[in-house]
Amino acid sequence: MGSVVAAIMTMGAIGLFFSVIISVAYQKLKVEVDPRVEEILDVLPGANCGACGYPGCANYADAIVKGAPVNRCSVGGMEVAEAIARIMGVSAEPMVRKVARVRCRGDRERAVWISEYVGIQSCAAAHLAAGGGKLCNYGCLGFGDCERACPFGAIRVNERGVAEVDENVCIGCGLCVQTCPRGIITLEPVDKRVLVFCVSQDSGKVAKKACKVACIGCGLCAKKSPDAIVVENNCARVVDADKVTDESIEKCPTGAIVRLGSRN
Amino acid sequence: MEFFVIFMSALLVNNFVLSYFLGICPFVGVSNRLDSAFSMGMAVTFVMSLAAVVSWAIYNLVLVKYGLEFLEIVSFILVIASLVQLVEMFIRRMSPVLYQTLGIYLPLITTNCAILGVALLAVLKQYTFAETVVFSVGAGLGFTLAIVVMAGIREELDAADVPAPFRGAGITFITAGILALTFMGFSGLVR
Repeated sequence: MGSVVAAIMTMGAIGLFFSVIISVAYQKLKVEVDPRVEEILDVLPGANCGACGYPGCANYADAIVKGAPVNRCSVGGMEVAEAIARIMGVSAEPMVRKVARVRCRGDRERAVWISEYVGIQSCAAAHLAAGGGKLCNYGCLGFGDCERACPFGAIRVNERGVAEVDENVCIGCGLCVQTCPRGIITLEPVDKRVLVFCVSQDSGKVAKKACKVACIGCGLCAKKSPDAIVVENNCARVVDADKVTDESIEKCPTGAIVRLGSRN
Repeated sequence: MEFFVIFMSALLVNNFVLSYFLGICPFVGVSNRLDSAFSMGMAVTFVMSLAAVVSWAIYNLVLVKYGLEFLEIVSFILVIASLVQLVEMFIRRMSPVLYQTLGIYLPLITTNCAILGVALLAVLKQYTFAETVVFSVGAGLGFTLAIVVMAGIREELDAADVPAPFRGAGITFITAGILALTFMGFSGLVR
C-alpha cells in the first residue's frame, strides 16, 4: 500500500514538474497564429482529400489567409466558398464543377482479351505484368484501383468490367486520376457533355483490332466539327463540347465519341 | 578510455538504427532530403541526450531511493513526451519551415523506440552519470550519422534509373539493409 501512494506521488511530482516547464515554455515560445485560420478550418469539410491542391484542410486554411483563392474546395462547393469568403472579407468566384471521366469503354465484350491474368488483382500490378491480358495497352483493366482510391464511392467497376463514374457523387478530388496506372481518367467540367471515350494512341488498324469502340484517329469527327475536336497521336479529343455537331457523333465509325445524356 | 569505448560503441558498433533496428520510422521517413535529415538527426540527438540524462536522474535519485523501479518505463515515457513537446514548440517558433518539413515526424520522436531504448539501456548497464551522457550523445550522433548517410544515398537514387517495381519503399528498404550490412564491419572494434 505504501508503494502505491509513493508511486502516485512520484508520478504526480514528475508530471507537475514538467507541466510547469511546458507551460512556461508555451508562453515564451508562442507562435502568432491568425485567428481566421481556426474559423476557416471550422467551415472546411475536413475530408483532407487534397482536391484543393493542398495536402489537407489545415494547409489550405493556412494558404487562404495568405491569399489563396477561396473557391478551391470541391467537397464543400459554393456553400463553403461563400462562408470562407465571408471570413476573409472577399467575394467568392463561381466554381466550375469538375468530375472524373473514365475515357475507356472497352469492356469484356467490346475489347479483345488475349490471355488470362493470374496475379495480384490490381491495375497497377497487371499493367506492369505485360498489360494484364488486354490486347489494348491503353485500355481500362477493371481491377478497381480507382474504386479503392475514391474516398466518396463515386467510381465503380461496372458489371461489364470497366470503371464508371457517378457524376452525382464525384466531387472532382482527382485521387482516381492519380491512381490509374494508364492515365485513362481525366477531370472534365461536368457540363462538358461530349467526350471521346478512348485514349489509345495505337494506329487505326491496331486500335480497331484491339477494341470495337476504340478511337482509330480517322479524324472524321474533327472534319465535321472544326475547332471543336483535335486529333493527336491517333486519338481524338474534344476541346470545345458546345461546338461538336451531331454529324460528328453519327459519323464516327466506332462510336468512340459519345454525347452524354442530360444531367439529372 | 572507458568513455571513448562507450562513445564509439554507441556511434558505430552498436548503432541504434543499423544494429539495434530502433528508430526506423524517422530513419526512413525523413531521409529523403539531406538538410531535413540532418535537422531530424540533431533533434533526435538533443532529445536522446536530455531524455537519457533526466531519466537516469529520476531512476537513480528518485525511483531506486523509494523502491519504485517498476515505474521505470512509465516515468521515462513521461520525460520523453515532455521533452519532445518542448522541442516541438522551440522548432515551431525558431523555424516554421523546418517545422512543416519534419511534419508528423516531430511528435513521432516521442514514440521513437530508440530514445526509450537509450534511456533503458543506460539504466540497464548501470552507467554513471558521465557515462550516460557519453552514451546518449554517441547514440544520438550515431542516429544522425545513419540518417544523413541514408539521405545522401537516397538523393542519389532519385536521379538513378530504379526499376519500376522497386521504386519508393522497395529500394529504400533494400538500401537500408545494405547499409546495416556495411555497419556490421565495425563489429569487433569494441569488445
